[in-house]
This record gives sequence, C-alpha cells and structure tokens, in this order.
Amino acid sequence: MSKRRPYVRSMDGWWKKNPFYVEYMIHEGTALFVAAYAIVLTVGLVCLGQGEAAWNGWLEAMQSPLSIIFHLVLLVAIAYHAFTWFKLFPLTMPPIVLNGKKMEPCAIVGAGWTAGVVAALALFVIVWGIAA
Amino acid sequence: MSEQKIIEIEVLRYLPESDQAPHSEVYKVPFTDDMSVLQGVQYIKDNFDGSLTFRWSCRMAICGSCGMMINGVPKLSCETFIRDYYPRRISVEALDNFPIEKDLVVDLSGFIEKLEAIQPYIIPKEPRTVEQGEYIQTPAQFAEYIQYTSCINCMLCYAACPHTGLDPDFVGPGAMALLHRYNMDSRDGGQAQRMELAASEDGVFVCGATGYCSEVCPKKVDPGNAVNINKINAAKDYFLRFLSPKGGAK
Amino acid sequence: MKTRKRSNAPIFWLLFGGGGMMAALFGPMLVFITGIAVPLGLLLPTGTMSYPNMLAFAQNFIGKGFIFVVIFLFIWHAAHRTFHSAHEIGIHGGPLTKLMTYGVAAVVTVIAGVVLLGLGF
Repeated sequence: MSKRRPYVRSMDGWWKKNPFYVEYMIHEGTALFVAAYAIVLTVGLVCLGQGEAAWNGWLEAMQSPLSIIFHLVLLVAIAYHAFTWFKLFPLTMPPIVLNGKKMEPCAIVGAGWTAGVVAALALFVIVWGIAA
Repeated sequence: MSEQKIIEIEVLRYLPESDQAPHSEVYKVPFTDDMSVLQGVQYIKDNFDGSLTFRWSCRMAICGSCGMMINGVPKLSCETFIRDYYPRRISVEALDNFPIEKDLVVDLSGFIEKLEAIQPYIIPKEPRTVEQGEYIQTPAQFAEYIQYTSCINCMLCYAACPHTGLDPDFVGPGAMALLHRYNMDSRDGGQAQRMELAASEDGVFVCGATGYCSEVCPKKVDPGNAVNINKINAAKDYFLRFLSPKGGAK
Repeated sequence: MKTRKRSNAPIFWLLFGGGGMMAALFGPMLVFITGIAVPLGLLLPTGTMSYPNMLAFAQNFIGKGFIFVVIFLFIWHAAHRTFHSAHEIGIHGGPLTKLMTYGVAAVVTVIAGVVLLGLGF
C-alpha cells in the first residue's frame, strides 16, 4: 500500500510573504481608486443631466476640503497605476523589434512613461484650449 | 586558516508516514565560502539526519532538480551560496505551490501533465518525407524561439506564481513558455491545436501578470512574457474565430 | 484527452486592458483637472467647467464619446482587476463578488449611457 500523503500548503496570506507580491497587490489595489473616480464622474454626469442647479451643487461639493484631499489621494493612486502599468510592458507586451533588434525592456518602459507624460500634457492643453 | 564558521539552516521537514503537517528543524552546519545551500543540505543528510529527502543531480544549474524556497525565494540551491546569507539563518522549504511529497521533494505529477498537454514537439504543417530533406531555418526564424528552449523544467516559475497556487489546474508559466517555443518555430504548424489549452479556462487568462515567474527564472526564459503574448493570441482567436472556421476550443 | 471549455475572459480582459491604458494615459491629468485644478481655481481659465461649457462638451459628438469612453473603460478596468484581486485574497468568484464588480460596472455603464443620450446632440 502506498504511504504517499502529499501535503498541500495553505495559500492564506500569500501576498504578505514577499515584497514582490506586496507591490503587486498595491498596484492591483489602484483599481479601487480608478473605480471611485469613475463613480465621481458618473455622479457629476447625472448632475449635469439634471440641470444647472444640480451641476453647480456638484461643482461646490468638489470644492470641499474633504473632496480636495480625496482627489489628492486619487491622483497619487492613479499616477501609481500609470507608473506600474507602463513598467509592466516588457512582461505584458510582445517584444518590439526595431531594425532587427529587440527593444530593451528599459527602453520600452521609458517610452511608455514618456507617452504617459505627453498624453497628460496634451490633455491639459486641449482642455485649456477649449475653455479659453 | 580561519576558524570554522557555522550557519544555521532551518529546514521545513515533512514525513508523510508520521507527520500530520510539516514542521521546522534547525541544523547548525559548518561551512566554507565555496559551499552552496545544496551542499549545506547534503551536509545535514550526511551528518545529522539521513532521512532528509531532497532532489539534486548536476550541481551546476542545468538539470533543474534542486529548486527550493530559500528564505522564501525560489532558487536553484546549487547556485545559491551560504556565504551570501551568513550570519543570518537560512530557511529552506519545498517549492511553493506544489504538494509536498516528503521534506524538500514536491509532487511533480501535475506539472508533468501540463507539459504533456501543451504538445511539446513539432507538429509539422504538412507531412514531410525523408526525400524532401531537412528543414531550412534562417537565423531570424531561429531567434524567434531560441530563448524559450533554455527552460530546464526547474519549476521555480511555478513556485513564484501565486495563480498556480490558487488555481492548481492553471497551465502555468513554464509549460506556456514551452508551448510558445513550439508555436514560434517556423517548422511547426500546431498553433491551432495548442490554442485549445491556451484559450481554455485553465489557460493564459488565469495569469494575473504578477511577473515574479520571470524574475526568478534562472535561465532568463521570461515565461511571464510567453503567457502574456498568448493572452493576445487567445483574444485574437476568441474574436476572429467567427471569421475563420478553423482552430480553437469549443 | 480532457475536453476544455473556452474561457470568455478575452471580453473582460480587453476592457481591462483598454481601461488600464486609458487610465494610465489620461487618469492622473483628469483627476488633477476635475478634482484639484478646477475646484481650487488653479491654472485653468475660470469657468472651465461651468454649466454652459460642460453642457456644450457633453452635447458635442466627440465630447460625449470621450466622457462615455472614460467612464465605461475606467469602471470595467476596475471591475475586472478587483474581481481578480478578490479571488487572490480568498474571496472566490461567487454571485456577490460578481455583483460588486461587474454588476457595478454594468450599472454605471447604463447610467452614463442614458444620461449622455438624454443630453441630446
């Protein structure tokens, strides 16, 4: 008779075991902040649909100190999402071949971060242009 | 000669015939600067407890047998040196995300089944006779897959992959790297056959892109990239199958 | 050989990827504009988000599309990632988890769509 009795270890708390996993859970956790921001925008959109008074009420609510602090937190979390999103490109994207040579991982990440900064500035300029 | 240095090695022991669960034992091992963790474990077996069980073979990081969790990190114990940990204690444990068979030996059967499932051999596009001669492959075609041939099946990537631990049927990084190796081979025509597994519920989408698999790979195979490239391939297959009648799972 | 069921994940994975990309490119600046710069009156012209401006933006074809794409992709990105994180910390994909992630995303999508259509062109 077989004396085999393979032991399966528990996965409870696996993400605390290694700094790599801790960072993974933090960047996965940025999704909660992205969701919160999408909901803030949706509430604003509903107010816009209800007319000028409701919209101004939403704008006023956005000026409260609590809202400003909340948005500073959102800014940090979503900026961290952007930072890690591009940082994972060498893992998540197919290799990019330029002139018959595979692009170095750091070059791919650098290009991603640059694209993020350019897109943010472009958005700001466009919003400024529409408003002015 | 300098005086003998002693390192504490804590080993997670599991004896299926007598233990309900694994337990730790600490051994004080004299070592020299040229000693690997594998040699430390061998010292324990030779001098303290002959029942200590572990796998090893080549001692030169090519057979892929001696993977262990060393201070919580999956490593080949033959190329990990005691001196790099001293004077801290070294903890040694069987590879994570596998059932422990005994002490540092894990149950490989799940991994072997996954290796078989990816059809790790060239499936010719069309039958080829001896008279047709050898395949011609250009250096550029060779470069497409050479990286993935470096896999030594050491399973460190599985020990690094929480998704394998959470979903044991997940095909996993190492087998996916090998699947990709054959898919990328210009002689091969088995992509559609292998897609059934890659696009299945045990396939690439179980991966959460943790990426630790590629970090710990001792041969720089980058299995995480192989998994993620095949997410794109599987997504294409998912949507484009309506346009073409062949390929893919039901 | 074991017959395997094809995963429907590509649908949600594509939304996750699109939303992640969108949030990485525009998320931080959008938060800065709507949540910090405009409320505090920094940098941007006064009245940037005034009722007439925003109404005109939401009635413009491109503006409407942009608002919808941002909300839609952000919420589906977040839903998919949160659903997986829940599984990873031991809350496995039951009906409640699906409701709290994909369900919320579906509701937000419908609300955004209805309001934007209601605002006219």
